[in-house]
Amino acid sequence: MKLEGRRIYKGTAEAEAIVTKDGISFYGGVDPDTGKVVEVGHELEGQNITGKVLVFPTGKGSTVGSYTMYRMKKKNTAPAAIVNEQIDTIIAVGCIISEIPCVDKIDIKNIKMGQKIIVNGSEGTVEVK
Amino acid sequence: MKLTTEEQDMLDGKYGNAVKKSMEILNTLGEIFDAEYMVDVQSVQIAGVSYANLDEAGLEFLSEMAEDGKVRVLTTLNPAGMDRENWQALGIDKEFAKNQNRAIDAFARMGIITTCSCTPYLIGNTPHYGQHIAWAESSAVCYSNSVIGARTNREGGPSALASALTGRTPKYGYHLDENRHGQVLVKVNASVKGTDEFGVLGKIIGDKLGELGKKIPYITGIPSATVEELKSFCASVATYGGTALFHMEGITPEYNEFPKPNDLVFEINQDALEKTRAELIDDDLEIDFVSIGCPHASIHEIAQLASLLEGKKVNKEFWITTARPTKKIADEAGYSKIIEDAGAKFAADTCCVVAPIKGRFKGIMVDSAKACYYGRAKNKFKVKIGTIEECVEEAIK
Repeated sequence: MKLEGRRIYKGTAEAEAIVTKDGISFYGGVDPDTGKVVEVGHELEGQNITGKVLVFPTGKGSTVGSYTMYRMKKKNTAPAAIVNEQIDTIIAVGCIISEIPCVDKIDIKNIKMGQKIIVNGSEGTVEVK
Repeated sequence: MKLTTEEQDMLDGKYGNAVKKSMEILNTLGEIFDAEYMVDVQSVQIAGVSYANLDEAGLEFLSEMAEDGKVRVLTTLNPAGMDRENWQALGIDKEFAKNQNRAIDAFARMGIITTCSCTPYLIGNTPHYGQHIAWAESSAVCYSNSVIGARTNREGGPSALASALTGRTPKYGYHLDENRHGQVLVKVNASVKGTDEFGVLGKIIGDKLGELGKKIPYITGIPSATVEELKSFCASVATYGGTALFHMEGITPEYNEFPKPNDLVFEINQDALEKTRAELIDDDLEIDFVSIGCPHASIHEIAQLASLLEGKKVNKEFWITTARPTKKIADEAGYSKIIEDAGAKFAADTCCVVAPIKGRFKGIMVDSAKACYYGRAKNKFKVKIGTIEECVEEAIK
């Protein structure tokens, strides 16, 4: 199944999907040293997003989150790609400065936890295998 | 997005890596928010300066941008995590100071004026009516849009830097007339006076806008307001309501430019002011810290503090946070000596919101509703709001 969305940042990635219905705040909500979600009560609390395609509705929290994403990229703890329903400024800027492929305007209900998916940030598509 | 030839060249990397990255940020934001094209900006204010917020990651990004990035327009900085000269006396550790200076040096390499203030409009980064600018710092965004009538969205650190290095911003949001109309009519049926009370008013309006899901109030019933009262109001309404623009009848320059909203009306009386003021005073309070200057104190406020503190001694940690250029005027005028003789301390370049003082004090007294919010949320202090006179009384008690 190929889902058509909007390109936010170029590049492709093929990896396992980690999916949540909760918003993500990279500043304070994710530990940049380990790649684990640390926000108390978050659906993904304790799970690791490193190397996976992180699928969530939209970003939230402080604009410093863009810098946290950059830090994760440099430490090799960043997700391989990001898929959103509706992108926000923090995640968009974070993907651009960290060079993480990103697509939005995707109905994320079509993607299940653990599925192998291919994100094409240059075309704005997500392929579910 | 329709790009000019020069903008396309920027995006293609012909002006170097920092400009390329900047144009990628701006072009993407433009596409997300359906901008048709870029507009030239004449002034930039950058947030994300305190090392406590930037950390190594942010610093690394800034250093990379500083390799070949140079600003094209007047650009100033938000407060840093410390006074750049007086940090030791204010209890900042050496390691933090070293890292903070590395961050400021990276900004300086790009040609940014390292003023480190949230009130750039008081110290020479002063846009004029109708000018397109790209500012971060929510209180300054609100002041420039509303009180000056310049045009900016609420930028974050990286997007503001991107505008500084390219001289452009995508034309959407508050850059367009149709997005600057008042949405809620706010009738103030009470007398509002002083920086503290204007902060309380900002909280009432900000909280209400949040409930209504609206951003732009049109306020009536304020016969006059000082620059200091307006800067306090801006900080508060931006903190509690995410407001980037308001109109105030008879006071702000655009109030007559657009139709007055009349379908959503909200009234504020004296009782509401008193009730909200009480929300900014915690129970079981022990005050061991007093801070004036959120947003940064003007020279007028410093003159007032000098007259209140002359010949007195403070018994509590007392910070006056301000821009270094304002502090220099205070030095020349003799105010600094009077204030420091009383035992109060200047904390230039920084403020009680961004300095790394979490948990260092039990209770803070301020004249700013914004400082109450961050004092509680970020620094885990108990808080009390009061007039500037009450703050001084508390300090010398």
